[in-house]
Amino acid sequence: MVRTFEGGVHPYYYKELVRDKNIIKAEIPSRLVMVLSQHVGAPSNPLVKVKDKVKRGQKIAEAQGFVSANLHSPVEGTVVAIKPSFVCSGAKNPSIVIEVEGLGEEERMEVKENPTPQEIKDAVKEAGIVGLGGAAFPTHVKLSPPPECPIDTIIINGCECEPYLSVDFRIMVEYPREVLEGVQLIKEAVGGNRTVIAIEDNKPEAVEAIKREISNFDGIEVSVLHTKYPQGSEKHLIKVITGREVPSGGLPFHVGVLVQNVQTALAIKRAVKDGIPLYERVISVTGQAIRSPRNFIVPVGMLASDILEQAGGLKQNAAKVIFGGPMTGMAIGSLDVPVMKGTSGIVALPKDAVEPYPETDVCIRCGRCIEACPARIMPNHLGTFGRLGMVERALDYNLMDCIECGACAYICPARRNLLQYIRYAKAKSRELSKK
Amino acid sequence: MAEKENEKKESEKSYQEQRFKLFVSSSPHIRDKDTTQNIMLTVILAVIPIAIYDIYLFGWFAARAFFWAISGALLTEALIQRLKKSPLTITDGSAILTGMLLAMCLPPRVPFWISFVGGVVAIGLGKQVYGGLGHNIFNPALVGRTFLLLSWAGHITKDYYEKFSVDTVTGASPLFIAKQYYLGEIKVDLTQFYQVHLFKNTYGSMGEVSVILILLGLVILLFRRIIDWTIPVSYVGTVFLLTIAAGRDPVFYTITGGLLFGAVFMATDYVTSPLTRRGKLIFGFGCGLFTFLMRIYSNSQEAVAYSILLMNALTPVIDNYTLPRKFGAVKQT
Repeated sequence: MVRTFEGGVHPYYYKELVRDKNIIKAEIPSRLVMVLSQHVGAPSNPLVKVKDKVKRGQKIAEAQGFVSANLHSPVEGTVVAIKPSFVCSGAKNPSIVIEVEGLGEEERMEVKENPTPQEIKDAVKEAGIVGLGGAAFPTHVKLSPPPECPIDTIIINGCECEPYLSVDFRIMVEYPREVLEGVQLIKEAVGGNRTVIAIEDNKPEAVEAIKREISNFDGIEVSVLHTKYPQGSEKHLIKVITGREVPSGGLPFHVGVLVQNVQTALAIKRAVKDGIPLYERVISVTGQAIRSPRNFIVPVGMLASDILEQAGGLKQNAAKVIFGGPMTGMAIGSLDVPVMKGTSGIVALPKDAVEPYPETDVCIRCGRCIEACPARIMPNHLGTFGRLGMVERALDYNLMDCIECGACAYICPARRNLLQYIRYAKAKSRELSKK
Repeated sequence: MAEKENEKKESEKSYQEQRFKLFVSSSPHIRDKDTTQNIMLTVILAVIPIAIYDIYLFGWFAARAFFWAISGALLTEALIQRLKKSPLTITDGSAILTGMLLAMCLPPRVPFWISFVGGVVAIGLGKQVYGGLGHNIFNPALVGRTFLLLSWAGHITKDYYEKFSVDTVTGASPLFIAKQYYLGEIKVDLTQFYQVHLFKNTYGSMGEVSVILILLGLVILLFRRIIDWTIPVSYVGTVFLLTIAAGRDPVFYTITGGLLFGAVFMATDYVTSPLTRRGKLIFGFGCGLFTFLMRIYSNSQEAVAYSILLMNALTPVIDNYTLPRKFGAVKQT
């Protein structure tokens, strides 16, 4: 039986642009920009100085505090600057700029035979692994839930409900064994008695690939889910797989569940079994405005312009370049921004796919946003309150339960920028609560 | 090799050019195809078969009524938006739709100025006084129709009786005949009205000429997902069941009068009906209950119009009590 959640939308996926393209290694560019806040939490602390030589795999910045992550150099080269640079959000964040000399010899972490749960968590922390689905939350934190909330179910998120992107899909098709080994390690690290790999039913090849390898592993099952955006939303995935609802304001471990992305599982395997820290990741470079869409393994810190060049460059009609998927990603204003650990793809849209800012903004009360909202709140009202700056009213209407999936703004026939207004209200309410 | 160089140069050039032309906005970056405008156009498409049939049956009279009702609506919308100095939105199709729906609430042979005034009032008093599209409380077309009825009842209902009295023995509307029949005042076979209403009913408003065409409109709206089944089904279903409970012929009460037209095209108006599915069920039930009560216990011919307007007024209240249960609204353990 194909199960699903309440709400959601069915955008056209455009996965065919890259779904059949093998993952290839991107050529190493001449310069990398390693942003110090790649992840959710405190920025990491640089361990190198300008003019220092770095090796591939060398730790160049260290986690500051528990919710933070280490950073490793993907290349051999020289640090030429430690300065603020533009990132995809448009902000300027401190970063280490490396002049690349080549791949060089790799520095690996110590590998332990038959690691204990604590050793797995330590290796994950040392490797600087964060959630690679897009949120970039430090993985070692997720693997260490408070003792009063034991994990009984592990869900591996291979839904990839974002249109265009085919990263998790390609990884499951090409590296099913390594993914499953990573899943096994997660299981060993946190325990639990049920492990599910969740895949949407528009990826039969991935289901097949995983199922071929699954007999070598104990107690891992595959669950095929209905294709609907946002199926991959953590809380909704938990609801679909376990029937449990994460309480408002709570976290997955409150209902005894841990969710990890497929690529994160792969990174965990490589860190723990091979001693390779997280310094590169797979991204989809796709969209109708890319000359030859591809899936690349790119070093963290590679600039969008360098990657786009290897995908044949942008077409003349390119109008929007997005870091991440088109539903939740960030449109970038300059191509000189680096890929970060949480960047799952670069999508370039042509002019005709990009709608100009609407002239009128009138709700016709069709109720589609309410039907579509997976958080079951009322985006139409929140949008209005946000626009008018009525934060308290918005809070009454469950502003903070919004998961920012964008289904409301996607479906709105009046083209109201609902999510933008909601984000504005959220930012404003955070500002007010600080005072 | 030279070709490759050229291509590389070109792509580099394009970066330089594109660098300052990238469009930046908040996510989501893709949108559904449906817009306000094409929703309105689809609803217009759904009522057009009825309009064509009207013109086929009544010729010049029907075309005239449509023309003046739509003109009244469009001119008023444009004029008021001009006075308010707000952007002109007559191309969104909503005023045209209001004009068409208004004309369909009128008998075909009304004087041209009646339909024109109806269009003016529908948009002026029914919609723009509240702030325009999306802000009105009452269904604009029904506001127009009710205004006309209260001001020139003769013009609105005269046609109705005259035409009907030619075809049958009595001089009243089918619903009035049914009323007399159930009071035991006359003897008549109600099933004779079935076929008339299904295919060719020339003694009501222009929207009621054929049940088949109304159902066709409903199918278009459902298929294109403009509306869902909740309001039409709960509205008509309530009337149907209550009529059975009252011991009367439910089919007759369903297909006569403006019930089906109202349930499909009027009660489902986005702006004036509740937002959530639960709210819509309550709304439909309320419309059905009031329609039933007015038909059985009052002398008003306006059961459908008044029920919908009444429930329009209750829509904000219904909305307030049918907020969806938010995800994660469970007890923290």
